Order: sequence, then C-alpha cells, then structure tokens
Amino acid sequence: MAQHQVNYASSGGLPVVLTTADHIINWGRSNSLWPLTYGLACCAIEMMASGASRFDFDRMGVIFRASPRQADVMILAGTLTKKHAEFTRRLYDQMAEPKWVISMGSCANTGGMFNTYSIVQGVDRIVPVDIYLPGCAPRPETLQYAMMMLQKKIRRESADMKKNKKQRFI
Amino acid sequence: MRRYTPKGNVQKKAKYTDRFWVAPKVPRAEVEEGSFFATVLANLKNDNIEVLDSYIEIDHLVVEIKPEQNVDTLKSLRDSSCFKMCVELSAVDYLAQDGEFEIFYLLLNLDEAKRVRVQTRIKQDQAIETVENVFRMANFAEREMYDMFGIYVNNHSYLKRILMPDDWVGHPLLKTYPLQGDEAASWYEVDKIFGKEYRDIIGPELRDPARVDRYDTQRFARIGKEVPFGADPELVDTTETPIEEGYSKTLLTDYTTESKQLENRR
Repeated sequence: MAQHQVNYASSGGLPVVLTTADHIINWGRSNSLWPLTYGLACCAIEMMASGASRFDFDRMGVIFRASPRQADVMILAGTLTKKHAEFTRRLYDQMAEPKWVISMGSCANTGGMFNTYSIVQGVDRIVPVDIYLPGCAPRPETLQYAMMMLQKKIRRESADMKKNKKQRFI
Repeated sequence: MRRYTPKGNVQKKAKYTDRFWVAPKVPRAEVEEGSFFATVLANLKNDNIEVLDSYIEIDHLVVEIKPEQNVDTLKSLRDSSCFKMCVELSAVDYLAQDGEFEIFYLLLNLDEAKRVRVQTRIKQDQAIETVENVFRMANFAEREMYDMFGIYVNNHSYLKRILMPDDWVGHPLLKTYPLQGDEAASWYEVDKIFGKEYRDIIGPELRDPARVDRYDTQRFARIGKEVPFGADPELVDTTETPIEEGYSKTLLTDYTTESKQLENRR
C-alpha cells in the first residue's frame, strides 16, 4: 500500500515555512506582473516581440492584459503626445493599486528626438515612473531585464505601499 | 592659427551658414502649343475660369487663380479635363513675406498620368470656400488646413481641429509658431490633467535631455559621491569646486600671442 500519510515527526520537521508577510506578498506580486497591453509607437513592436514566442515573457509570469483593471504594470512604449497624455493618465488611474510604470525608450524617457511642441517631454511629468529603459527602440532583452529589475525592486519594497518612499506627488 | 573660440550651444544653431546661399528655384517652362496641358488650359477658358498665370514646373502644370473661383476651377478640371483625384490640399505661410497664405490643390489625371497644381492666394483674415463637394478628400484636408494654419473654410460640413486637441491654443504650422511650443503648449498636459496649480510642483519641461544636475538626488547618482535616493540637496557636499559648464579651460590657449609652447616647438 502506498504510503500516503507523512509522518512529520520522523521525516525532518513540519511542513511550515516561516517568513515575513512582506516577503510572501511581494513574492506573489513580483512573480505575476501583468502589464497593460498599451503600445504608443514603435517601441510597442519590441514590446510585442517580448511577449511573443521567441522572447517569451510568459515564462517570467508576465502576461499582457487588455484591461487596466487587471493590470499591475504600465509599460509606456513609445512617444507620448500631449493630446494623448490625458488618456494615459486616465488608464493609469484606472489601474488598481499596487501599480508600477516602466518608461520604455528615449521618447518616453525624455521626449527623445521629438523636441517639439506636441510631445510630452518625459512621461514622468504625468505618471510616476519606476524603471527607465534606454534605447531607441530597446531590444526585447532590455525590456525583460527591466522587468527583472522591477521584480527585484518589488521584492525590496514593503508590501504596504504607503510605506514605500515612492515619489507620488502626482 | 586662429584663436580658439568656445562653441557653446553647438547643437542649437547651425555651425556654418553660407551668407551667399540662395534658395534654389525650380525652373519654369512655358506650356507648349498642342500639348495635353494646353488643352487643359483651353478647357478652363471655356468654363470661364480666369487664369492669372500658368506654367510648368517638374512636369506639373501650375495654374494660379483667384480665390473666389476655386470651386469652379476644380469642378472644371474634374469634369472637363478628367482630373478625377485630388491628391493633396494645403496651404503655405507667406505671411511674413507677403501677408498672404498660398492655398494649393494638387490634382491627378489617372488616365494620362498628368498632374496639375491649382494655387491661389488669400489674405490672413480671409476665408476660402470649401471644395468638399467636388472632392470628398477635402473634408479632412481642409480640417487639417484649419488646424495647422487657422484658415477658415466656408460651408465646410464639420470644421474642427483634426490633429491637435480641440482646446489647443495656436496653429502650429504658422512660421510664427515656436517649434518647442508657446506657454500654453508647454503646460498643456499639466494643465489638462492636474490643473494649473500643479505647474510649480511638476516644473517646466526639460528641453535638454543631456542636462546633468548634480544637486538632483532623484535622477542622478554621482559615482563616489553617493547620497541616499532623494536626499535633501542641502546635504550634498557643496564644498567641492563646481564643474565648469560649457568648455574646458585647457582648450583656451591663446595662440595669437607668444607662448612658451610655441617657442619650445621652434
């Protein structure tokens, strides 16, 4: 007869893991980061490539969601125009806490080469950014590395978002 | 050797401008007798269109007309000369030069593969009649013209900004419009999303992406001089000598006067 009942006393301890609440909550959060399906310009092509089979974001628990209500991460992939800034902010506001923002590529970071009247000169003017990605456009590897950095950052943070020293003036 | 002069702001202005440069002009040719374009002009004359000037530029027939006759001209070209397609319609800002806008319509004859450009001039505060009923594409193109130049189009079915947001101030393709935007443009997204009182908190746009602020402890970390993220700028060591902005002093050797360096070389 198969031995289905484990004898805890004899097999080296109880099935209990001792950890902190922060650690276990952040373990869950960081390993299922769901970004919003939200492409603004050519960086979105690289973002799509990251999600597709060759680079395979799914293996990191990163699954693109088409609704801001189900997303944790907003990847701002591309040039943000001033006309569109309002809607980006609205999508950001619709995401449930906790939420993080990745600014992908030169245009999202600083406006990039579009030093003109109609482009937002850095998306950190409208949403608080966690990770800035350099590149024009960044390779999918860069985006994956950024996602890993974001996971590291989340694991380092307190699970209580109010305690984190994130700059949330906007 | 010439004295070295620091070239501050080299990216902002052209390093070299030729004072004697004259903008090249496309050569103009007369309309030849018996050619296709001659029949086009004859058709226009039959339809009582007053052609102020006509010539050929790079295989295009250019027809200059009065602004009041724009609808009749396009109708005549479409029906009598078979220019079935309007490719482009827009304006050119000649306000500084002549106080006028030039409005042009670029038409294509698909059977003959010939193009004609109809152009007309209007004053700054003058409106133009819509050609929407002649070519449907004019609907969007005239909206864009209104958006970019502020030219009002009479009897247009839906004259509204098409590229810029509805509450945008100014018309960006005017030569007088600054490339990096006026005040309303530079605060547009802040005013719209957060309100004007947030201007102080968010601050003006950083137009120089290569700018390094040594007292900004949120965006920059100085190697060897690290402070905690977002530390009070007061805590940053201010006793060290600040870095000279712009150019290095070692490059500023005055070679016009006698120097030891030159003497050594001799």
